Amino acid sequence: MTAQPPLLEVQSLRKTYARATGVFAAASTGERFSAVDDVSFQVQTGETFAIVGESGCGKTTLARMILRLIEPDTGKILFDGQDLRLLSPRELTRQRRAMQMIFQDPFASLNPRMRVGEIVAEPLAIHHAELNKKQRLDRAAEILNRVGLKEDAIPRYPHEFSGGQRQRIGIARALILRPKLIVADEPVSALDVSVGAQVLLLLQELQQEFSLTYLFISHSLPVVAQLADHIAVMRAGKFVEFGPAEFILRSPTADYTRTLLAAVPEVPRQPNL
Amino acid sequence: MIVRNLTVELRTQTGALKPVNEVSLQIEPGQSLGIVGESGSGKTMLSMALMGLIPPGGRVTGEMLFHPGTDSPNDSQKNLRELDEAGWRSVRGREIAMIFQEPMTSLNPVLRIGAQIEEAILAHESGIAREVLHARVMAALQQAAVPEPEFRARQYPHQLSGGLRQRAMIAMALAAKPKLLIADEPTTALDVTVQKQILELLDRLRREMQLGLLFITHDLGVVASVADRVAVMYAGRIIEEGATGEVLLNPQHPYTQGLLAASPRLQRAKLLPIPGTVPQLTQLPPGCSFGPRCAFHRHDCDEAIPSFRPPQSDHAARCVLL
Repeated sequence: MTAQPPLLEVQSLRKTYARATGVFAAASTGERFSAVDDVSFQVQTGETFAIVGESGCGKTTLARMILRLIEPDTGKILFDGQDLRLLSPRELTRQRRAMQMIFQDPFASLNPRMRVGEIVAEPLAIHHAELNKKQRLDRAAEILNRVGLKEDAIPRYPHEFSGGQRQRIGIARALILRPKLIVADEPVSALDVSVGAQVLLLLQELQQEFSLTYLFISHSLPVVAQLADHIAVMRAGKFVEFGPAEFILRSPTADYTRTLLAAVPEVPRQPNL
Repeated sequence: MIVRNLTVELRTQTGALKPVNEVSLQIEPGQSLGIVGESGSGKTMLSMALMGLIPPGGRVTGEMLFHPGTDSPNDSQKNLRELDEAGWRSVRGREIAMIFQEPMTSLNPVLRIGAQIEEAILAHESGIAREVLHARVMAALQQAAVPEPEFRARQYPHQLSGGLRQRAMIAMALAAKPKLLIADEPTTALDVTVQKQILELLDRLRREMQLGLLFITHDLGVVASVADRVAVMYAGRIIEEGATGEVLLNPQHPYTQGLLAASPRLQRAKLLPIPGTVPQLTQLPPGCSFGPRCAFHRHDCDEAIPSFRPPQSDHAARCVLL
């Protein structure tokens, strides 16, 4: 049954940085700290694997290494059976089509001087040079429609849209290449509650429809609880524990996970809704 | 503090708008009132009005009755709206203090923490002896539970962690012993474990100092843990108000119900988002501002702004359905 290989497998990934102690001290002391310290895990096709941790725990560094935006010191990243670190630049570009990212800040991650149609169609211009501009914009219109935006968005600029709409534009851009894996780094933490819920539901629908695998990075356990199949709790560069979501949320074994859960300010439950 | 029918009107290129519209509320000493709203609800403009910091050209109407308390040298109620800038300077920081979401942007990056707290004290009490001033700074830092106050007072803001910076901000805000503290999303930028400590600190301080606390947040979970009473704002108006437990467990207004159903909890449940987006203040629909997004919308919603129902009640909401 479980003979299918994982879509993503990370083995002993490590990244250290020089610790800066002052303007001139940085290079000389040679002291280093581990942003990501010997992390290994597997993500199965079609699941949502969430990495939860507080600021500075290394979750974003880890995500960026998987997308090969940051070079790891040591370790292996196997995506779809291929070791990403051994690929030539050309092969890597091809493989990148299958892995896309959604960012936290919908205000900073869209080029303010590009029209929405160009933003969404840009990945096609890079990876599908055979398409002409008309074809690219047609595809952009189609995918914008799917994420809940109308076609009249195409000639407009990002500043004309609300935070939630901009996040939908970012999702459309990530989806247009029909990727297998989407890395979502805090995709709802900059949004209002009611809008954040819209985006979370959209991500769930799209996962079904496009058989997507999500690597979901967040500081918020309540958000992660809504859609994760597996949860890894990260602290100081290491996985404190990981396992099935219900297990981590209901009966965590690590003290740190319990502390995190206890610190969540919970809305009282209403019996009548 | 008693606020009655407070309205802030701003003139913009796209026309006049009212980010705060007929807001009435009351905060007793030692009590904490939570203001909940999404972006654009007017919650921050409300706090700015209460600090006399409305942008130039803005017009404020209504009453802001402030009673500094019997232990204060000028024990008389005053309507803050009638104050001029000099009058505001004697109130701001002294009687009413404020802390913000991002302490890094509200602290001066080139001044040591201790010097900034001294400044906050000297602004209202000039001519304090050096030793007394130093003792006051230490007391303020200790009150905000800053560990190693002597050492921290000599540090610069960038040398402190986010949680310590927020504690330093609280120390600065409380150094002049205000009666009312306005906290505008003070924990939004912090990690949950640090947030919990700051919320506990604020809760302890308001009880010990009999401080009125106006806590502004978008997070219903945070409001549940700090506020005695809660007011929910939408498009500039308070649409529901009551005791926190009452409002969160038995919400009356469809918007409050919608916010609760859209809030993620640790228990997995299908989230029910509110359709649409918060309306632009320049293009408010007639009648109830929430009407176009409301599942229970009917034609009389569009006729007039609903009044609070039941009237004069401890827990009331602006909705025609009630």
